[in-house]
Amino acid sequence: MKFLDEYRDRKAVDRVAGEIRKTVTRSWTIMEVCGGQTHTILKSGLEDLLPPQVTLVHGPGCPVCVTPLELIDKAVAIASRPGAILCSFGDMLRVPGSARSLFDAKAEGGDVRVVYSPLDAVKVARQNPAREVVFFAVGFETTAPGNAMAVWQAAREGLENFSILVAHVLVPPAIEAILSAPACRVQGFLAPGHVCAVVGFEQYEPIARRYHVPIVVTGFEPLDLLEGVRMTVAQLESGRAEVENQYSRAVTREGNRAAQKVVAEVFEVADRRWRGIGEIPGSGLRLREAYRRFDAEERFALAARGVVESPECISGLVLQGLKKPYECPAFGSKCTPERPLGAPMVSSEGACAAYYLYGRHRHERV
Amino acid sequence: MCLAIPGRIVEIVEGSEAALRRGKVDFGGVRKDISLAFTPDAAIGNYVLVHAGFALNTVDEDEAQKIFKDLDTMAELEEASGEAP
Amino acid sequence: MNEFSLTCPVPLPAGDRIQLAHGGGGKLTNQLIDRVFLPAFSNPALEARHDGAVVTVGGARLAFTTDGYVVRPLIFPGGNIGDLAVNGTVNDLAMCGARPQYLSAAFILEEGLEMETLRTVVASMRKAAEAAGVELVTGDTKVVDRGSADRMFIVTAGVGAIECGRAIGPQAVEPGDAVIVSGDLGAHGIAVLSVREGLEFEAEIESDTAPLWAPVEALFAADVEVHCLRDLTRGGLASALNEIASARGVGIAIEELAIPVRPAVRAACELLGLDPLYVANEGRFVAFVPARDAGRAVDVLRAMLVTSGAAVAGRVTEAEPGTVVLESRIGGRRVVDMLSGEQLPRIC
Repeated sequence: MKFLDEYRDRKAVDRVAGEIRKTVTRSWTIMEVCGGQTHTILKSGLEDLLPPQVTLVHGPGCPVCVTPLELIDKAVAIASRPGAILCSFGDMLRVPGSARSLFDAKAEGGDVRVVYSPLDAVKVARQNPAREVVFFAVGFETTAPGNAMAVWQAAREGLENFSILVAHVLVPPAIEAILSAPACRVQGFLAPGHVCAVVGFEQYEPIARRYHVPIVVTGFEPLDLLEGVRMTVAQLESGRAEVENQYSRAVTREGNRAAQKVVAEVFEVADRRWRGIGEIPGSGLRLREAYRRFDAEERFALAARGVVESPECISGLVLQGLKKPYECPAFGSKCTPERPLGAPMVSSEGACAAYYLYGRHRHERV
Repeated sequence: MCLAIPGRIVEIVEGSEAALRRGKVDFGGVRKDISLAFTPDAAIGNYVLVHAGFALNTVDEDEAQKIFKDLDTMAELEEASGEAP
Repeated sequence: MNEFSLTCPVPLPAGDRIQLAHGGGGKLTNQLIDRVFLPAFSNPALEARHDGAVVTVGGARLAFTTDGYVVRPLIFPGGNIGDLAVNGTVNDLAMCGARPQYLSAAFILEEGLEMETLRTVVASMRKAAEAAGVELVTGDTKVVDRGSADRMFIVTAGVGAIECGRAIGPQAVEPGDAVIVSGDLGAHGIAVLSVREGLEFEAEIESDTAPLWAPVEALFAADVEVHCLRDLTRGGLASALNEIASARGVGIAIEELAIPVRPAVRAACELLGLDPLYVANEGRFVAFVPARDAGRAVDVLRAMLVTSGAAVAGRVTEAEPGTVVLESRIGGRRVVDMLSGEQLPRIC
């Protein structure tokens, strides 16, 4: 596949890995923010190609992992209502809420459907006028334009039976939250390439300056990630702290204005809780007043429920890169992909599940 | 987030407004109907990055080549100076 | 700046209902077998946990197997539920080293199913049975209320005489054995997904459903020392290899570049975020043979159409017993685990 396979070429990858080895003179800790990047790193065993001085930590870029518990519970509540249809990306189905997941709700008779695109959910609404159709709108800035378009289209068509459960989160506030934590060990960031394809990378410039950390916008293929690491290491070795763009085939500084416009029309910035981290001000999106009628939380008058906390899961520390999954006492014993204690063990991009599924042998050798 | 895959536009259907622009995109032999709402200038033959049913951006083919050109230059320099790769 | 409240959800209570994942062929399926079925029915043949049971009846060694077919949609590119129902059971017998001979078929039909659909399925079963050299000798039909079955379910059972003198199965696998896949992976699973609502896409991908006794027989005829055969169904190559690695307590090392996947299947997997290693097949198997026989085995298989894409995908090792490890195309390594549930399309 063009523009994909070339970035998986062994010779090119080896060459860039060699450049990193030549450049590095001391230890560096770099965080890749996006779950999709984590997925590639673990699936391709990329860390095997890095010199030992470079440590990658996996950031909270997995919407499955950070969607607040209360929202999962609300999705499950909607799915359990007779007559309602809950549409969702596949990623969310196995995430445990306080008591059940969407998969459980499906097993109990709820109409839960996996869709590839939010527009598919609009189609379901069109085809089922007598039923309430709700789309579970999770994601980062990458997915927001599509979700905004779904709402815009529903508004345009006058669809009265469509709504979305909004769980959007934004990346730059999360990066700032990580950097401002007192125990932060992250010295450089690989910024999420597809998020930046939408919003550009202007927003990262003040962060790089304020905290003096290099931030490199990076793609998702092995060659992209190694090149992103190479560029970050080069900056760190020379004491620079700038925003650079490795993923220039897909990302420009201003991003996609058409996409940004639709998002701004339909959504506005709001505070949001991140599961495992807590509330980060201005880190989420909610529907604007003019589109509030498409908000499932309001439409279904779902009350906020109390959430029972447990001290065993250290997902917050893992999501911030402060601890590795295998440093958690419950890892692999009480907490496994079949019986996860926290969200990072559910999604295969979640740091914990990824280590469990892909990285066990590496850790055991270490 | 986020899985986005490059594909080639093989057909375009202009909507009554830009937001309704759609196209058929070919991903290495698999074709899917995709919204082109965010890529109003993309043309047949262009590659676009597709996420959850939407084309997010057109792939800049010149930029895509840059790293390979750099790697080739690096290889040539090393050969010229007799260094091992 | 911010105080982080490090929160975590309460663990899920023990599942008390069957979930779709229990049918996925991965960890949950195996757990169900371990916790519900094996304790109830324990006997040596069942505990061998191979695709079919090897039993002795009146002095003759027979293989005996059964399978349920619930695929949705009933008709997909390259075949329908009828093809799967015949080939699936034929293949389970073949994997035991038995020539498939007789099948039974029980149909569970939903009230309201179109007669035309039933005729199409039955016609396919007749053709598939002819191609596989088996006879459908007995059957049953039940009709259930509208809504109680998803249009049609089929359960087939099969029996055949063992023609392989040696015992084949996971216990015969040895470190050093070559792991051979009989052809490209994932076509069936992707063909079915391509017509599933919510995920539709256009692709010239057809199910790989096919009978596999002929290539197995050819391996025996060529004096290849076959240690184990396993057909790849739901859960894909990854599940089959994990089951065998666990059952035998060996490690299996495979190479990404050695695993055949046709381009359109790979593209569909990229689009949906699926890993071909876990995608279902219906006309593919994996064979474990000693390294010295690997070349010959691959030649024998490649000479037949249904196995023309055969390739050595890896080997059995002593290291990391019970674990399947993959060397990626860029030279890194990762564990290929058994999935706990179904693989779902993702956007992340």
